[in-house]
Amino acid sequence: MTTNLQTLPESDDNTSTPGTPRKQHKKRESRGTLSFSRKARGKALTKHAVLIITGAVMIYPLLWMLVSAMRPNDLIFKDPGLWLSHLDMSNYTSGWSALTHPFGHYMLNSAIVVLGSIVGNLVSCSMAAYAFARLKFTASKLFFGIMLLTIMLPFHVVIVPQYVMFSQIGWVNTFWPLIVPKLLATDAFFVFLMVQFIRGIPKDLDEAARIDGAGHPRIFLRVILPLMVPALATTTIFTFIWTWNDFFGALIYLTDPDMFTVPVALRAFVDSQAGTSWGSLFAMSVVSLLPVFLVFLFGQRYLIKGIATTGIK
Amino acid sequence: MSALGELSKMKRRTGPKSAAEKRDDRRDNKAAYVFLLPWLIGLLFITVGPMLASLYLSFTDYNLLQAPNWIGLENFTRMLRDTRLHNSLGVTFTYVLVGVPIQLAVALLIALVLDRGIRGLPFYRSIFYLPSLLGGSVAIAILWKQMFGTTGLVNQLLAMVGIHGPGWISDPKTALGSIILLHVWTFGAPMIIFLAGLRQIPVMYYEASEVDGASRWQKFRHITIPLLSPIIFFNLVLQIIGSFQSFTQAFIVSGGSGGPSDSTMFFTLYLYQKGFGQFDMGYASAMAWVLLVIIGAFTAVNFFASKFWVFYDD
Repeated sequence: MTTNLQTLPESDDNTSTPGTPRKQHKKRESRGTLSFSRKARGKALTKHAVLIITGAVMIYPLLWMLVSAMRPNDLIFKDPGLWLSHLDMSNYTSGWSALTHPFGHYMLNSAIVVLGSIVGNLVSCSMAAYAFARLKFTASKLFFGIMLLTIMLPFHVVIVPQYVMFSQIGWVNTFWPLIVPKLLATDAFFVFLMVQFIRGIPKDLDEAARIDGAGHPRIFLRVILPLMVPALATTTIFTFIWTWNDFFGALIYLTDPDMFTVPVALRAFVDSQAGTSWGSLFAMSVVSLLPVFLVFLFGQRYLIKGIATTGIK
Repeated sequence: MSALGELSKMKRRTGPKSAAEKRDDRRDNKAAYVFLLPWLIGLLFITVGPMLASLYLSFTDYNLLQAPNWIGLENFTRMLRDTRLHNSLGVTFTYVLVGVPIQLAVALLIALVLDRGIRGLPFYRSIFYLPSLLGGSVAIAILWKQMFGTTGLVNQLLAMVGIHGPGWISDPKTALGSIILLHVWTFGAPMIIFLAGLRQIPVMYYEASEVDGASRWQKFRHITIPLLSPIIFFNLVLQIIGSFQSFTQAFIVSGGSGGPSDSTMFFTLYLYQKGFGQFDMGYASAMAWVLLVIIGAFTAVNFFASKFWVFYDD
């Protein structure tokens, strides 16, 4: 089709203005391919135009925030453009030390929670998934159904008693209430994702290992786990992003500034600055988005596969 | 190896189980519960236990300091009189019933444009997907708060074309709209699910319909929509469940207040204020159960209605 396009005369167009007889004749001769390929080219151009405009509208606010973080405060409320007259990093330095602790402290706190959650999800969800996908056990269908239902369960229904429980064992203002549930496979999304993945692994592999005398722990560790690395990668990436962004849990359990994760620190920043230092607020927002952006950049393949197969965000 | 697999399957099919097989099954059962142990503990102590506890608390007056005091249906009758709660339900329903259809329509539209061999697909897909990863963060909510403020980015841009825009988030009429827009902005995730679904539709259906002279609209209406309906349904169910629980954006944009004049007071935000602001935990638990029932009802209605419009190939 593209080669066709290149050999077509440039001057022809689809308007009804009468041309010379020769031209008309030529037009009639090649009408089929001509109108088709021109239509196709026009269609493709329209598509690209729609996509580029939509994409630009969507990404503009992000770029503008990035640029505004390098501008003096008053310009943030005056300049909607993306042009930067000079590079001013003072918002970053002032934002970094605007709260009780340097911003790095909150990032470290977030990193601890994220790391704990990732380890927890990988271990507990893969174990549960192995049982659901490969083992026959009493009430397996019932438990599987319950597991699927818990995916839909709103967090709010359990949060009050959970808070009471964790506060009674003195875990408020520790990271435990955010990490321990992950060690117990409560992110049922990932159990489901992994069950789906394990079901796609040929059973012959387990059977062969079993005939060689391997027990379940060994089949799980030596046969299944190495083959489900893509599902583990998807889990790691999603856990990273969700935990890094998690606001509600941190808001409830972490009230001591020493223990703030990035989202609650940012919230404290918004509350304290009362509209006077948007530049540094933007700068720290950019800093807080950076890890997510990097994970997105390098883990996109797993993210897209992950959503396409399970429909998670 | 596959022959081996066949063999073992055949063995399973014929006759009663041998002693060795029974032993294997018993071993399976034991192993399964060992593998499931973390999940079972979580189910008991993190999910089902607290769920039942919150059901109990919903019939009590409880402030965390004194023991729960049984008050029967008092929390629920109080809800019937609580006009702020009625308003918060209205806000949440508006958010879900306006935000979800618009978001899914945009997702489907862009997915249709992206489908079938457009150049630069991975690039476009990344651009559209990125906002759904960032949209739930406090940082983006902060950006939104600035953008839709009186002198924010949106009004600066409008001023360039001579329009004097209102203070979007300080006006009760437009504040919720700004948050709905943030929800629409995150259409990338359902878009990717739509793209995966569109790829499953065999090209021959379209080719056959072209031979019959079907128009573009007819193809969309009679091929794309029916064959994509399970995916549309799936997205609809997931997005509705998720949107009812939306919290962070309204919290940050309104500074935790749900204002102006309760126009962004989501049900979840009101629940948070009651439970963790005023430690009225009995009432908050009752609200949580109302939320669960609402989400459950919406999902049930969705599943029921799906019989009439979702088309399953098998």
